[in-house]
Amino acid sequence: MTAISSYARARAVVAGRAFSIATRRHVHLSDTPLVFVPLAMAGEASAPLAAMIGTQPDKPTLLLVPQPRNRDLRFGFAASLADIVLDYVHSCSQRVEISANEQVFLDAPQLLVPNAAGVGFVKLLGRSTRYRRTTGPYPVPPQVPLLGRWLTHLSERSEFAGSSALLAMTSALGMHWATGQSALEDANLAALLGWIDPPDGVTGPDAALAAEDPLIWPPAGPSTDPAFDNEILAPAIRAWTDAATDSPKRHRALNTLERALRGQLEPTWQLMWRAIDVLRRLPAADSVDTRWTTDRRDFSRYHQYVTDGGLPQARRDGAVAAARKLRNLEREQDLYDATRALEDPLVMANYRITGAAFQGTVVQVDRDRRVPGGKGRAVTRPLIVVSTTDPAHLAISTKVQAPTRSGQTGTIVQIDRQPDTTLVTLELSGGMTAAKVPPPGTVPEMDEHITYTSAYPESFRKVELPPPDQTPWTHGGPPKPYTPTNDDAQEVWE
Amino acid sequence: MTFDPAAEAERVTTDILADFASGRHLGVVVDSPPGAGKSTLVVRTAVSLAAAGERLMIVAQTNEQVDDLTCNLSAKLPAGLVIGRLTGSGHGVPQRLAGLPNVLVDEKAGNLVSCEITIATAAKWAFVKDTVWPWAIVDEAYQMRSDTLLALAARFERALFVGDPGQLDPFSVVQNDRWRGLTWDPMQSAVAGLLRSNPTLPVHRLPVSWRLPASAEQVVASAFYPYTGFRTGTGPGDRELSFDTRAFGRTPVDAVLAEAATSGWGFLELPARHTMRTDAEAVAAVADITRRFLDRGTVARSGDSSRPVTPDRIAVGAAHRDQVAALRTALADLPDVTVDTANRLQGREYDVTVVLHPLSGRRDATAFHLEAGRLCVLTSRHRQACVVVGRAGIRELLDTHPSAEPVHLHEPVKFPDGWAANQTVMGHLEAHSIAA
Amino acid sequence: MDNITQERLNQLRGAAGAKRHNARTVAALTGNPGCVRRAVLDAAGVDKDKLARRVGFPAKFGQSQFAITRGNSFEAQVKANAFAELITLLRDTLGLQIGEVGQTDLEQVGGNTSQEIRHTRSRQKLTGAMTNGESTFFDHPLLTLDVGGNTVYLEPDLVAFHHEGVFHVVEIKSFAVIDDQADGAKVAAAAIQSAVYVLALRRLLGDDKVSHEVVLVCPKDFSNKPVATKIDVRKQLIVLEHQLTRLARIETLVDALPPGLSLDLDNSADDLFKALSEIEARYAPDCIAKCEMAFFCRNEARGCTAALGISVREELGGVETVAEALGLADGTLVASDDQAEAASMLRATADIYASAAAA
Repeated sequence: MTAISSYARARAVVAGRAFSIATRRHVHLSDTPLVFVPLAMAGEASAPLAAMIGTQPDKPTLLLVPQPRNRDLRFGFAASLADIVLDYVHSCSQRVEISANEQVFLDAPQLLVPNAAGVGFVKLLGRSTRYRRTTGPYPVPPQVPLLGRWLTHLSERSEFAGSSALLAMTSALGMHWATGQSALEDANLAALLGWIDPPDGVTGPDAALAAEDPLIWPPAGPSTDPAFDNEILAPAIRAWTDAATDSPKRHRALNTLERALRGQLEPTWQLMWRAIDVLRRLPAADSVDTRWTTDRRDFSRYHQYVTDGGLPQARRDGAVAAARKLRNLEREQDLYDATRALEDPLVMANYRITGAAFQGTVVQVDRDRRVPGGKGRAVTRPLIVVSTTDPAHLAISTKVQAPTRSGQTGTIVQIDRQPDTTLVTLELSGGMTAAKVPPPGTVPEMDEHITYTSAYPESFRKVELPPPDQTPWTHGGPPKPYTPTNDDAQEVWE
Repeated sequence: MTFDPAAEAERVTTDILADFASGRHLGVVVDSPPGAGKSTLVVRTAVSLAAAGERLMIVAQTNEQVDDLTCNLSAKLPAGLVIGRLTGSGHGVPQRLAGLPNVLVDEKAGNLVSCEITIATAAKWAFVKDTVWPWAIVDEAYQMRSDTLLALAARFERALFVGDPGQLDPFSVVQNDRWRGLTWDPMQSAVAGLLRSNPTLPVHRLPVSWRLPASAEQVVASAFYPYTGFRTGTGPGDRELSFDTRAFGRTPVDAVLAEAATSGWGFLELPARHTMRTDAEAVAAVADITRRFLDRGTVARSGDSSRPVTPDRIAVGAAHRDQVAALRTALADLPDVTVDTANRLQGREYDVTVVLHPLSGRRDATAFHLEAGRLCVLTSRHRQACVVVGRAGIRELLDTHPSAEPVHLHEPVKFPDGWAANQTVMGHLEAHSIAA
Repeated sequence: MDNITQERLNQLRGAAGAKRHNARTVAALTGNPGCVRRAVLDAAGVDKDKLARRVGFPAKFGQSQFAITRGNSFEAQVKANAFAELITLLRDTLGLQIGEVGQTDLEQVGGNTSQEIRHTRSRQKLTGAMTNGESTFFDHPLLTLDVGGNTVYLEPDLVAFHHEGVFHVVEIKSFAVIDDQADGAKVAAAAIQSAVYVLALRRLLGDDKVSHEVVLVCPKDFSNKPVATKIDVRKQLIVLEHQLTRLARIETLVDALPPGLSLDLDNSADDLFKALSEIEARYAPDCIAKCEMAFFCRNEARGCTAALGISVREELGGVETVAEALGLADGTLVASDDQAEAASMLRATADIYASAAAA
């Protein structure tokens, strides 16, 4: 929780509707996202029960498993899901551009699920399918392991802040609006949208309350409502199981199941598209496109890897892979946090409140100040004074940057706290050419309204880690090479 | 049998040197409680190896630590041997190394090949390639993250890992559970990962804290080093605080100073209230106490030698940066008094410390506030006395703290438990409590 | 707990019989120890589920039969063939040198299943095991624990495994362990429940006879095969012991209640509502996952910053209500001395928000 979002929540409580905590959309929204609403069988680790999936709001495909204990039916579900997902992936690989000597697809898959548990489901489903084999004791259709690899890849990608390859709509919405309820309650998509986009004449809190009633709003999944399981689902599955194959009884039972599961999925399906519309109304931040390009690049590379017959992802990271991933995650997190603040005044507001950034007016400029430089010659280091009412908890010699003047760095040389205002003196360097007197416009002017932040993206020197086969003894030495075993393909569960 | 701290410490140190130099093990770990002479051990080991003609590298975590070690090493290194201080680009030559005759400073490791000892931060070592040193000493290895070690482990054959397991763990801005339970979890401390992958490595324990006064032995050892403990090098009466001027009446501030002088501890208890972190009353109280130590001409005696407690011998500690900022403002006229967070006070030493209790004024505690390492750092910097300021209600807070932490399979349970450590410390402080 | 307090608690509960404690409810004592309402309701043995329904705020803790079936079938499989799978696991995974393994079912004692008799038999068998040195599984032992001065029978669905003079609690759960990882919250729940059993066994047999390492048995990956993992529950034991000691102080809390207070489920919903309001609660959003009364308390907490989350409350300067926080923020409310700092922070926040939202 940040100071801004907490304050916005308080405002939302009183107003009865959500309050913005972002002025821009910081996630990419594809023109044709693949919306996926899964339901899992209670008590199982990712045993799929049913799902609604599609790229268009009026054309959902309903998939279901009439008897989740029947492994053929479960893998039939996986095969059907694979067809849809792989088709979608294929459609994203139709157009190519050359970028930095690489072939990069112009599109990339974007999978949208209702909530964080949905992302977890994708991850588990990917795990339970990516090692399956098409031959041997428990064969599966060939597209199933491929589905597993893609689902796993997308869920790995989703761990990176700033990636939009796989999004939980509750997280995406929660990044831009604060409701008058707690973050825990925000995990309910219907409640969250009830606050952000309530139906006419209904207040946020009332919409949210209705959202907690599974009879009005079936859960967005993957967990089902236990009462639904016990009263409707269990009898329906029993009826299906008891009926003879291909019999009219079975047909009827299947219809009953379809109706029941559709009834549980449809409302969430509609919510998903409504959420997409709501998000689309926000103008995209500048770097959304750049980050999507990173997603596209990543997709293109993985696509090549799969095409080349690459192995499925390992169960757990080895020591080197783990260290590398941690650093990459940190790097992207820092970059994402800093960039969002630079592009969005409401996000910057958080830094202003904690004192890591400040906004104010320039009240003094000494633009052609010359000081002795490192190599003996004099250099131009303008001095400006900014008057601000923000807390500004920064230490002397902290380096700051202004979003409106990237390429120019300020060093704090003095902070003078007065009763009504704080005066921050900055020495500037960079972004003003090498001229003795900085050209007009390159240095902040008198009365200019400006923001400075200490959290800005810095150049990052990549640390080289040893290759995995040279993992040092301190970290267990080189791991045993991965050889697929029969265990991976086992399906022991009855 | 009387405990002879110097003999005991010497015995352990000799064991460590022998164990390491024998080359029997690829790694030797040394657990060092606060002020146990870690730096002395590092210098002694380095000198011993270098004098025997061995080439070694030294890894520390911050530039300040590197420069500290370099200075200490420079003073003890036999003539003819040179230390290479490897710096990051643009760092320049640190002031205090400039005049040292046996220290070379350079940004390129290649220019320091002639040096018997090369020293740099872990971050810098990660960019050094190709050369392999037969020996390495890794300082503050418990505060180093496991992935940081991975980036430089190829640089050495054998290493001595020295650090304090009771102080703060490394952390990350990233929250991700994917590596939890893995032996090589990159987020754990370097030593934790090292020992999980190599459980037979010897772990030595420096037995004596030379810094802490005898009055701190019981509480700091039992709270933060519950299974290993340590002894202080000095006994009761060896250390003493006295004041040149008399108290200004019977104020709570003077009372807590008196308590600190008598027992080595003091707790100024403010009335119970739920406050913001930058609780103005608490900040003022910390500042008042700090000032009073100086105004009363406090003198610190250790054994036979006494010296005045000057501003640079006092540190003020708090958990949060905004608290530190507020404290700095309150003590702006005393710039020589160190005011910092626990993170930045690690490894440093003072005569007197004044601490704003991390749980003071809080209604709820989070893992951050309960972290044992934080409280350990704050209460183990002092040679004479530690005064803690906090609002009444910390016990209640601990009592009503809901335990809601997730548990991860295969993840070793870390002791001491922060909650339990806090209970122990609070129990102790209550016995030295003065109501404000 | 003294008799007077016990009497008052019985009176508070009214006609209904006291709800029996089990490991889950004992473990729950560590969940929100600062909540007086919960402490009193639990001490009085009130059926919180029924009470929540009576006042119109039913909890949503239903269980799907699929989950129940799955759990039962997994446990049956683990215990099948005289614990064959489990023995292999304990041998291979945990390195226990196990030769012959016996089994003692302590559920029935020749048709007579009174608790006292079952408990006596359990005690006999468990203490007896220590002397005969055999490896044995003890199924459904009946243990006791002193909870707030009352002896509580714990009927664990556990298997206590005795080996070389030390007992290990074995906890069978049906959530999956995938690639050696499991849901942290579920493992935490299992850990604290197991700690309750460890505690009870220790009270019976002595601390050194019961290991602080429990064995968690779960389905491996996506199959029904079990996998065993050791869990160190020392931290959980520390917390549990502390909270159990605190329970004795329930007297002070009960004393402070208005005399004649009644939560008899036969009372009217209105009366129950009012009575509940006399007992202070400490609501936080994660109560919803842990306590049957959560929705009632949440409703009561409407407009309080705590309902928005503990960290939100802290970010709002610790101010109690949303109205107050916003009043201080826009200056319409004059800050008391205590609130001065919070007010100044809130004003700055409001100003900054306004300037940023307008941009």
